[in-house]
Amino acid sequence: MSSQDTPEENLPAERAADDSEHGAVAVPGEKNPFADPGLPPHEHRIQDIDERAARRSERAVAFMFTLSMLATVAFIASFVAVPVDKSIYVFPLGHISALNFALGMTLGVALFCIGAGAVHWARTLMSDVELADDRHAIEAEPEVRAKVMDDFRQGAKESALGRRKLIRNTMFGALTLVPLSGVVLLRDLGPLPEDKLRHTLWRKGKLLVNMNTDEPLRPSDVAVGSLTFAKPEGLEEHDHDFQNEIAKAALMIVRLQPENIKDKRELEWSHEGIVAYSKICTHVGCPISLYEQQTHHVLCPCHQSTFDLSDGARVIFGPAGHALPQLRIGVNDEGYLEALGDFEEPVGPAFWERG
Amino acid sequence: MKKLSARRRHPLAAVVVLLIALAATGGLYTLFAPADKAKADETAQSLAIDEGKKLYAVGCASCHGTGGQGTTDGPSLVGVGAAAVDFQVATGRMPAQQPGAQVPKKRNIYSQAEIDQLAAYIASLGAGPSVPTENQYNPEGADIAEGGELFRTNCAQCHNFTGKGGALTTGKYAPTLEDVDPKHIYEAMQTGPQNMPSFPDTTLTEKNKKDIIAYLDAVNSDKSESPGGLELGGLGPVSEGLFGWIFGLGGLIAVAVWVAARTAKAKKS
Repeated sequence: MSSQDTPEENLPAERAADDSEHGAVAVPGEKNPFADPGLPPHEHRIQDIDERAARRSERAVAFMFTLSMLATVAFIASFVAVPVDKSIYVFPLGHISALNFALGMTLGVALFCIGAGAVHWARTLMSDVELADDRHAIEAEPEVRAKVMDDFRQGAKESALGRRKLIRNTMFGALTLVPLSGVVLLRDLGPLPEDKLRHTLWRKGKLLVNMNTDEPLRPSDVAVGSLTFAKPEGLEEHDHDFQNEIAKAALMIVRLQPENIKDKRELEWSHEGIVAYSKICTHVGCPISLYEQQTHHVLCPCHQSTFDLSDGARVIFGPAGHALPQLRIGVNDEGYLEALGDFEEPVGPAFWERG
Repeated sequence: MKKLSARRRHPLAAVVVLLIALAATGGLYTLFAPADKAKADETAQSLAIDEGKKLYAVGCASCHGTGGQGTTDGPSLVGVGAAAVDFQVATGRMPAQQPGAQVPKKRNIYSQAEIDQLAAYIASLGAGPSVPTENQYNPEGADIAEGGELFRTNCAQCHNFTGKGGALTTGKYAPTLEDVDPKHIYEAMQTGPQNMPSFPDTTLTEKNKKDIIAYLDAVNSDKSESPGGLELGGLGPVSEGLFGWIFGLGGLIAVAVWVAARTAKAKKS
């Protein structure tokens, strides 16, 4: 402990006075009830007194480190030996891949034993004598401060920054321009979506294609109480923009008894009770299709927004702000269901310019 | 006759002859072959219907009406088909114990013969899906990967990705599909029991259904395995994260507290 770290005046009086009685409890005097009581007397561990106990601890620590080594060897061995597709039953984990189980167990044991050995070593064998390390003053010595200021002034003079104005100005210029590269890169966050949020692939005459069979749907395919998902004709799963387009155009088709449809516009836009609604929740855009065929409610799995498909997909519960957009459908000359235009309003969650 | 033979080399002659032959074969077939079979079937069938009607009067009529027309306590059964009866009764859902948000699965008290009679009676009330045959629902050789895709498109929103089930509104729920007979899965898809929408063959073909059953058989049956061990309900990152935070981190804190709480001193104080 150097004198630089602990200036003399910061040391507790008791410590300086008597080191052999280090930790002697100072009874608070009459004058100062808050006097520093100092450290309690040091107590020894069994390992400090009994050499046999110390050797036992040593063996325990060495045993754990050896166990860790063996576990690492077992890890490598099981990586080599256990086949990837072998399955075993382990209570209470159930059927589990033998390889995963072996790797996890051996690596776990290897790491745990290193930690446990280190903790046992530190607690029983390493020195546990209490040490007080007092805080030193934050302020530097006056000479040090004076030297730093001198050095700075000397450096400023030697660089001739004040005299050579050309260097100074060009340096400022370079430093000012460099951050611009970062700003320019922000351009890649764009371009703005323009009207992409307002339009989907649906337009007049596009057939409704069943997602399961990839065949266009006929009204007779859709039974009352059934649920079908459709995509616009011409959109194929390996198209490069499939995900972007289906995220907007995904359609949920159900058939209600026409007399059960309460909303006039919904009835008008349906075909013989077949209604087509956007599958994208108007809250934050989860695919929504937990359809209850008896209540005609559709529930969003993310935040429990509930829409009533028999009443214009009105929101009846939850955080969604808009009804699900309905697609106007009809039947073409060949008897297939077709769209009679795009959605009238933007599908999915609201956005700043939605209006 | 001469006129006819003069036209025997006409380009359409072959087509006309073929049509006449086809019509004759078809006509003769309808005259002879099915007649006997239908007669034999009819007696067995009408017997089954009679027996089914008796069972219906005891077990079902109080809610569904004496003729299956439905009452305020139960929907009409006209046109639900034999598949619906087989599903509802064989899984013990019907007869229902009590009215409520959802009728749960319970022990079935009917024998398969009685269920068949009930199904025959209900099927006689109006046309509906019939009970599938074994080769319709047997998942042997079906495309598991395709079934997984179909399951995630059509079923996973309610039944969870691996068919563990999930909650719906006001006390209703989608039940777990674990250990459900492939036949019952098939019937449920076809008939749409309770609040489940139906997936008729017109929109989800027989092969699609078989693929879905094969997928469930692979991920959600006795023989399916979870390479990672504990599934924690198969709910994904939510339950796994919760487990990690509570038991993983909690365990580490507990060990740290235990280590620090024990004193290594010879003199315990």
